Amino acid sequence: MKLIILENYSQASEWAAKYIRNRIVQFGPGPGRFFTLGLPTGLPRDHPESYHSFMWNNFFKHIDISPENVHILDGNAPDLQAECDTFEEKIKAAGGIELFVGGIGPDGHIAFNEPGSSLVSRTRVKTLAMDTILANARFFDGDLSKVPTMALTVGVGTVMDAREVMILITGAHKAFALYKAIEDGVNHMWTVSAFQQHPNTVFVCDEDATLELKVKTVKYFKGLMLVHNKLVEPLYSMKEMGAERSQSKKPYSD
Amino acid sequence: MPSNKSVSDAPIVQFTNCRILRDHQLQREDLWVREGKILNPEKLFFDEKGSADVQLDCKDSIIAPGFIDVQINGGFGVDFSLATDDFKSGIDLVSQKILSHGVTSFCPTLVTSPPSVYHQILPQISVRNGGAHGAGILGAHLEGPFISKEKKGAHPEHCLRTFEAGAFQDLLATYGSLDCVQIVTLAPEMRRSSEVIQELTKRGICVSLGHSVANLSQAEEAVQHGATFITHLFNAMLPFHHRDPGIVGLLTSDKIPAGRRVFYGMISDGIHTNPAALRIAHRAHPKGLVLVTDAIAGMGLAPGRHTLGQQVVEIDGLNTYIAGTKTLSGSVATMDTCVRHFQEATGCSVETALEAASLHPAQLLGIEHKKGTLDYDSDADFLMLNDSLYVQATYIAGEEVWRQDVSGM
Repeated sequence: MKLIILENYSQASEWAAKYIRNRIVQFGPGPGRFFTLGLPTGLPRDHPESYHSFMWNNFFKHIDISPENVHILDGNAPDLQAECDTFEEKIKAAGGIELFVGGIGPDGHIAFNEPGSSLVSRTRVKTLAMDTILANARFFDGDLSKVPTMALTVGVGTVMDAREVMILITGAHKAFALYKAIEDGVNHMWTVSAFQQHPNTVFVCDEDATLELKVKTVKYFKGLMLVHNKLVEPLYSMKEMGAERSQSKKPYSD
Repeated sequence: MPSNKSVSDAPIVQFTNCRILRDHQLQREDLWVREGKILNPEKLFFDEKGSADVQLDCKDSIIAPGFIDVQINGGFGVDFSLATDDFKSGIDLVSQKILSHGVTSFCPTLVTSPPSVYHQILPQISVRNGGAHGAGILGAHLEGPFISKEKKGAHPEHCLRTFEAGAFQDLLATYGSLDCVQIVTLAPEMRRSSEVIQELTKRGICVSLGHSVANLSQAEEAVQHGATFITHLFNAMLPFHHRDPGIVGLLTSDKIPAGRRVFYGMISDGIHTNPAALRIAHRAHPKGLVLVTDAIAGMGLAPGRHTLGQQVVEIDGLNTYIAGTKTLSGSVATMDTCVRHFQEATGCSVETALEAASLHPAQLLGIEHKKGTLDYDSDADFLMLNDSLYVQATYIAGEEVWRQDVSGM
């Protein structure tokens, strides 16, 4: 794994953003060649104000993505298991997830794979832990009774199939989870620990999140920052790569 | 690319690189328009899986809802109170010309006139949508003749009337028809005004207080019976007095029925009201301020003599007086000048200045669900302005109906 330690939340976010940008540019997406970005699923669509609005306002409206290329698990689907299975099919059809970007919960969960989730699980319906319900209350004006108790989520196994995984961890309240994720063993109680067995993982965190790690670990990875920072250096833009490339820059025309 | 839109095949236009006035703030957001209405891009994206057909770069302009002028007596040589043979082409001319001032909807105003004039003119005014032909007509504003002799201003005394005898029936007989009347200005101290106000309000007509010597309690009673507007605050009414604030006192009255708001028109041309008075009114009741032009036929023309109904008016620079007197009669200000002057004089935010000419008049007329805002599903009547609030382009129902000539810049 690569452990990238930045000073604070904004720096960590910026580093992660640049990394994703570089990866997309290097991949050179085009018609029929999708860069499939995986993100943890959100709440059921019962509350369009929450997850879909969040994704629209914070991501989709700022980029020129075609709506057909956006696949969000539908919590209102009549047959939830079928919805999950279809989702897995869609991932395969798109060529698999190129890069999965997620965070972890204070209980070390990735997506909604709560403690005790199988490390080889696939996309499925999951009952949420109380911790998660409390954390989600902010989308429902703090009214706990309104927070959904079930959610559709990609499984640990689903994320493990991604060619690369990036986990963002910031804040002191996540420090223990980070410790469990990278310095302790692989354990289904801390599902993020599964990525110790993934060939390409990047953990991006801020200083506060390293509070529970060994000084030795932190010093080692900080020492590698010179090398790791090369990963986020600006690349030549795709337009400069040649006429054919720039024309195929978007998988759709105006 | 043909988008997979399940609701409609109409083209979708996305205005980018702009700051739009939404939720009382200038936000850096794109404006999406389809079929003449503001479209919700999030619903388009998730529900219809649609995307824009055309993207227009607005070069960092400000996009604001189109201005609504609820008091305009004419312009460009046209006088709405003059019954001519080609009245229709006159109103068409004005509605087309004011597009360049940023006005997308207006209420043609008739000053005090003999009944014959109303009977001739009113049937020729019809409520209609705006478009490339000109700004939309929301309905007529009848200023008089049921106003006070002492505060007639530029209105001709011999045409003033009362409705003591037959109350509402008198009013109806005078005007002939109220079919497309949106606003009536009257003096509430007149006997039986309460009945008249109630009847007008029942018919959805906005009652405005003006050209009156009413004291505060008479004004409050009028509001309780349904009046919601004050015609050109400060002008043609008793001045504010600390023991009887008169109509001006409505701005801070505690007798306004719950859930209602009193709006007040202000001609912010720098002449009708001293900037200090404008500031006092604005600070006392910022949410009620409605910018109006009260423009007359001479607006848009060279200085000289023009008519205003039964009167002759002389224009000298920005001043417009009854010929041979110092009685103000209307103005030659344009709506965008008023917006700029208002913003400068009060030092208010750009958002506040723009809302005083768009959101507030829409709220006054109860049409804010479709005009006066850039909310989703509203009519796509909007303006592109630069940072100094000069109108660069005017759009009605999503179509560009006027654009500033970019000559040599």
